[in-house]
Amino acid sequence: MRLSLPVLARLFVLALLVVFLVRPDWFEPVLKPLTQNNAPAIYNQGSLLMLTLEHLRIVFIATLAATLVALALAILVTRPAGAEFLPLSRSLVNVGQTFPPVAVLALAVPAIGFGEKPTLIALFLYGLLPIFENALTGLTNLPSAVVEAARGVGMNERQRLLKVELPLALPVILAGIRLSVVISLATATIGSTVAAKTLGEVIIAGLISNNLAFVLQGGLIVGALAVLIYDGLSAVERMLARRMGQAGK
Amino acid sequence: MSGNRSRFDKLGVVIAAIAASGVFFAPFATFRANRIVPGEGRTILEALPLWAAATLLLVLALATMVALLRFPLSWRLGASIAALAALMLLIGLAANHLTPPENTYARVAPASGFWLLNFAFALLAADSLTRLRLGPMARIAVLALAALAVTAILYSGSWNGLSILKEYANRADSFWAEAAKHVTLALGSLAAAVVAGIPLGILCHRVPTLRDGVLNVLNIIQTIPSIALFGILIAPLGWIAVHVPGAAEIGIRGIGTAPAFVALFLYSLLPVVANTVVGLAGVPPAANDAARGVGMTARQRLFSIEFPLAFPVILTGIRIVLVQNIGLATIAALIGGGGFGVFVFQGIGQTAMDLVLLGAVPTVALAFAAAVILDAATEMTALNGGQAA
Repeated sequence: MRLSLPVLARLFVLALLVVFLVRPDWFEPVLKPLTQNNAPAIYNQGSLLMLTLEHLRIVFIATLAATLVALALAILVTRPAGAEFLPLSRSLVNVGQTFPPVAVLALAVPAIGFGEKPTLIALFLYGLLPIFENALTGLTNLPSAVVEAARGVGMNERQRLLKVELPLALPVILAGIRLSVVISLATATIGSTVAAKTLGEVIIAGLISNNLAFVLQGGLIVGALAVLIYDGLSAVERMLARRMGQAGK
Repeated sequence: MSGNRSRFDKLGVVIAAIAASGVFFAPFATFRANRIVPGEGRTILEALPLWAAATLLLVLALATMVALLRFPLSWRLGASIAALAALMLLIGLAANHLTPPENTYARVAPASGFWLLNFAFALLAADSLTRLRLGPMARIAVLALAALAVTAILYSGSWNGLSILKEYANRADSFWAEAAKHVTLALGSLAAAVVAGIPLGILCHRVPTLRDGVLNVLNIIQTIPSIALFGILIAPLGWIAVHVPGAAEIGIRGIGTAPAFVALFLYSLLPVVANTVVGLAGVPPAANDAARGVGMTARQRLFSIEFPLAFPVILTGIRIVLVQNIGLATIAALIGGGGFGVFVFQGIGQTAMDLVLLGAVPTVALAFAAAVILDAATEMTALNGGQAA
């Protein structure tokens, strides 16, 4: 891997993030000017590292569940047996995206109460859509020559799906997962309004006590996580696409 | 495809299953002695007078039959509309039936069975409408009819017994004030983003060295969670309000609408700029060459060739922004910016879910309507562009 400038910049952000999470007190002088009346500059009602890990855990679980369900659904509606559902599923995805995350979160609370569960459900539902949409695009826009060839060499439906269609659609599906993760990372912060343990807690504590340092550190940690994860997944996609390009030759 | 298709419609089976679970295994309405105690479920037979319960069950059974057997599309659409209309009209009756006379504390709300039944027949309606392949104007007409029907029910007062409307009755004035703020925030920031974003997109298209930098910065802004961005903007705007003469007079303040507006504007820029760049890049070189051949200047080409051809793509970006802004504007309530979020967060704070619904339902309805209208508009401009080219 060549250490170009953008790669160096990302490594620097990663290092900064890790140091900030492990030793937040080192950054106190930087954040101190943002506080008033001698308020604490570093979040002191819990460990930033723990909240970050908790935040990532919630996003990971929700994205994993969303990926499994969205992929299963996309595979189902692109098989002959499920073809009847294809037009409906397209319009459902379209409608689903108009539901604001806050509304999903707020509406999940009466059904299952406060805490982590409504956040997980909101993130799951909101994460489904980009993955489903991309999986649908990937599975319906396959080069017909390749699919025909697979049929020609006598592959059955299952073999075609696992060995030809899914691998070809993989980069597009991964792009959907990447989008879903980034949306979830930001949306999880709103989960703290219904008492989920995420980095939103830091931001909301800052909003309530009028402490800009809290708002800034919460926001920047989530932003840095999103940028790093987005770029990391993009790199994985490029690697897969390259490998597939070589396999095709 | 083989000829022996099953006698049942597959989607119909799903709809029948959802509807059956809504009727048999879930309560139709919830009764609570006051607005914050946990509710008790009531089935259709308990919640409605006998004649109404019988009518509702009959309509639902017939509509399920139409969904289950392979009836023509227009029948399926009609059946779904009949079922939805029966549900809508009778939930109001259930509220009046369940509330003891002269009792103003009791709250009756639609329960999971009602929502499941609505979901089942909304699926049927959505499927029929999708398969009918309505044109853009027809889709807007359907939306207008649905809005009209809901308005008519609201005006008739038959929903007044429902808990969400009791919350509304207590806050009618602030509801419309917050609604106006919500729409102003969402539309105003969109307008600002269009005015600033389209020229920026054109500039990025013309100056490729600028493009990556601008899009990267806008991408990074998108990754900052909304509640943090709203909060971060409090400081600079508060500083401007104090130090720039005249700023405070035009309404710039550290908390309230100003930071919410700026945050929504910043989030809106990426889709507008990116779609302008993509739209302009997608203009066929042949069209540009032909225009150059007949002696058009760069400016003429931009306004009469490139921009019209790129417009449908730009409009898609505007749709993304508007739907996203209507949702994000709810967060403005956290920093005193108003909007429907006020009710959502108050409701969460008081664990009064009817109040949450009072904020969430109009937000979802607005976002949905905006999506339908802008999708139709995009399709119309794409058709026009296709004919012109």
